[in-house]
Amino acid sequence: MNASIRPAFAPPDLSQWSCPLPLRDYPTIVMGHGGGGKLSAELIEHIFVPAFRNPALEVMGDSTVLPRPAGRLAFSTDTYVVQPLFFPGGSIADLAVNGTVNDLAMSGATPLYLSAGFILEEGFPIAHLAAIANRMGEAARAAGVQIVTGDTKVVDKGHGDGCYINTAGIGIVPDGLQIDPTRAQPGDVVLLSGTIGDHGMAIMSVREGLEFETVLKSDTAPLNGMVASLLQFAPHIHVLRDPTRGGLASSLNEIAAQSKVGVLIEERCLPILPDVQSACDLLGMDPVYVPNEGKLIAIVDPSVAKDVLRVMQQNEHGPRSAIIGTVTAQHVGMLAARTAIGGTRIIPLQIGEQIPRIC
Amino acid sequence: MKYLDEFRDGPLARKIAREIRQIATRKWALMEVCGGQTHSIVRNGIDQLLEGSVEMIHGPGCPVCVTPLGLIDKALVIASQPGIIFCSFGDMLRVPGSKVDLFRVKAAGGDIRVVYSPLDALQLARQNPERQVVFFGIGFETTAPANAMAVYQAKLQGIKNFSMLVSHVLVPPAIEAILNSPACRVQAFLAAGHVCSVMGYWQYYPLVERYKVPIVITGFEPLDLLEGIRRTVHLLEAGTPQVENAYERAVCFEGNQPAQKLISEVFEVTDRAWRGIGIIPRSGWRLSETYSDFDAELRFSVSDITAEESPLCHSGEVLQGNLKPNECPSFGNACTPRRPLGATMVSSEGACAAYYNYGRFVALESIH
Repeated sequence: MNASIRPAFAPPDLSQWSCPLPLRDYPTIVMGHGGGGKLSAELIEHIFVPAFRNPALEVMGDSTVLPRPAGRLAFSTDTYVVQPLFFPGGSIADLAVNGTVNDLAMSGATPLYLSAGFILEEGFPIAHLAAIANRMGEAARAAGVQIVTGDTKVVDKGHGDGCYINTAGIGIVPDGLQIDPTRAQPGDVVLLSGTIGDHGMAIMSVREGLEFETVLKSDTAPLNGMVASLLQFAPHIHVLRDPTRGGLASSLNEIAAQSKVGVLIEERCLPILPDVQSACDLLGMDPVYVPNEGKLIAIVDPSVAKDVLRVMQQNEHGPRSAIIGTVTAQHVGMLAARTAIGGTRIIPLQIGEQIPRIC
Repeated sequence: MKYLDEFRDGPLARKIAREIRQIATRKWALMEVCGGQTHSIVRNGIDQLLEGSVEMIHGPGCPVCVTPLGLIDKALVIASQPGIIFCSFGDMLRVPGSKVDLFRVKAAGGDIRVVYSPLDALQLARQNPERQVVFFGIGFETTAPANAMAVYQAKLQGIKNFSMLVSHVLVPPAIEAILNSPACRVQAFLAAGHVCSVMGYWQYYPLVERYKVPIVITGFEPLDLLEGIRRTVHLLEAGTPQVENAYERAVCFEGNQPAQKLISEVFEVTDRAWRGIGIIPRSGWRLSETYSDFDAELRFSVSDITAEESPLCHSGEVLQGNLKPNECPSFGNACTPRRPLGATMVSSEGACAAYYNYGRFVALESIH
């Protein structure tokens, strides 16, 4: 890490943000913004609708009515409570959109629609909310999805952490496509779409009390584009998974358990940025447990592995994709690794969050 | 990556391991004292590369593991008091006291913060002058300079709302206690490189002289460890017990003298209870008389708290190298990282946790 020569991360400066006229009476969130009255309506009209702009949202009914395309529905939800709200490489807004988009994409779905529920703490600056909403709109457009319904609630000062967001999403899975974590088979090849640990270490570098100086950035990105290219090329992908919380290790352990197989990875094949590796070494953490927000694991038949790798590497979010291991009939339910020096180790599920070691 | 990749080179590691296997005419029992080394050995599978030639016995060098239950209970009592900001290194949070752990105190409303440095805790004290800030100052000689500096600065700057719960332990008396144990089967020691970077290695000569065991100062990366083991096996085979420094890039004979000076100003030697082992004379540091105002035990009147260890936990024998973690009757059933009986199962540096986490409860042949 090039500590001390680079400036620490600074959150965006929103002081020059110009508030739409009706909102100027209240530069911060007050209880009334969640009350369903005029203040709520003003937030919707001047912040959310312009940020998310799409015809379905603008009808403003109690629910949004959508056309149903052919195929089966995929449905997913996730809640975002990240701190700080703005971090190197992204913000809670990027996670709220990309996270749910990616969860849908991992079942082979084409993500179409999202909902957005906000829990705001009294006193939260409207400028920050506007920045988050605008960024969610941009992220949704980048991922090709629409935010078609939403909700806002306000909690008392001290009862929240500024802003929490829940998004739920609907996507369409073409008939005949079957991708799920029970389908890994002995002999399959395990691919990973790039470096691990970037998001978790970027967040850790700016967390209060734990700051360290680095150029690390979150890898938050929508992966539905990559999945679409993969499916065009190799519809018989067995498993797709985005290794978010708990990192690569948790996802592969879950796949091993659900598919009733063993997974063996080669540590020397894992793509890891030098800054992530040194931050992990410094803090006594293992990059295989550190969260990612823009990576996927693909488990495929060995006959298509090389071609799948090529497609992944050609995608804008996958230039460092690599083959990292294989699926085996041995050590069922467990993830094992061959270490760089030729030993072996089991990589278990962690009990809770990974915590920095003393020395 | 410079200074890291060079020390993780697979082919070179296997070459050194081969050399060790060739020179060893019998199986030698080596103890790595430090928990960080245990972690690295098991994580990288170094012990597997040396199977048949060297048995690695995992010593009592995890500061989290040897911090006595009574002290953890004191920490829990202090951390539960309203208005306190209790700061700790991350891995102390999950260590169980008699009833709860710091995570549960935090969930019940305690203000518990993970910091990387005691100086960050001091900074919190400056920023929150109306609140008491307590730092849980545990560790071996390695963490002592920073802890000493925090107390020294607090006194210098007149920061009255800062205090430290101190349970420092020392490596050489622990080695001596192990060597004095009648059950001791350790034939040589790897001394912890980071401890020696602070303290130097002059302290080990009397031990080698008296007990005739080689002590080799060793680092933490796979090649550092293998080089330390290689030199140790050479000394054992030659029958020439000596102190050797296999971590020259970080350690010199005298150690870090300004750090030692600061430590001796702030701390004084004391008898210390080691979790699972008992009291080892003159094996720790406490705040010296001059700095006793900053002693959290006195400030919060918790000196009287004592606690009994679980009789099912054999961590003392594990820490002394008389029992492999997976030979303990409680390992993996009554005692797991989720429901640990002793601290060796909690800390990621603990021998039991290292065995559990890296799968030393399954037949490793099945994953070759």
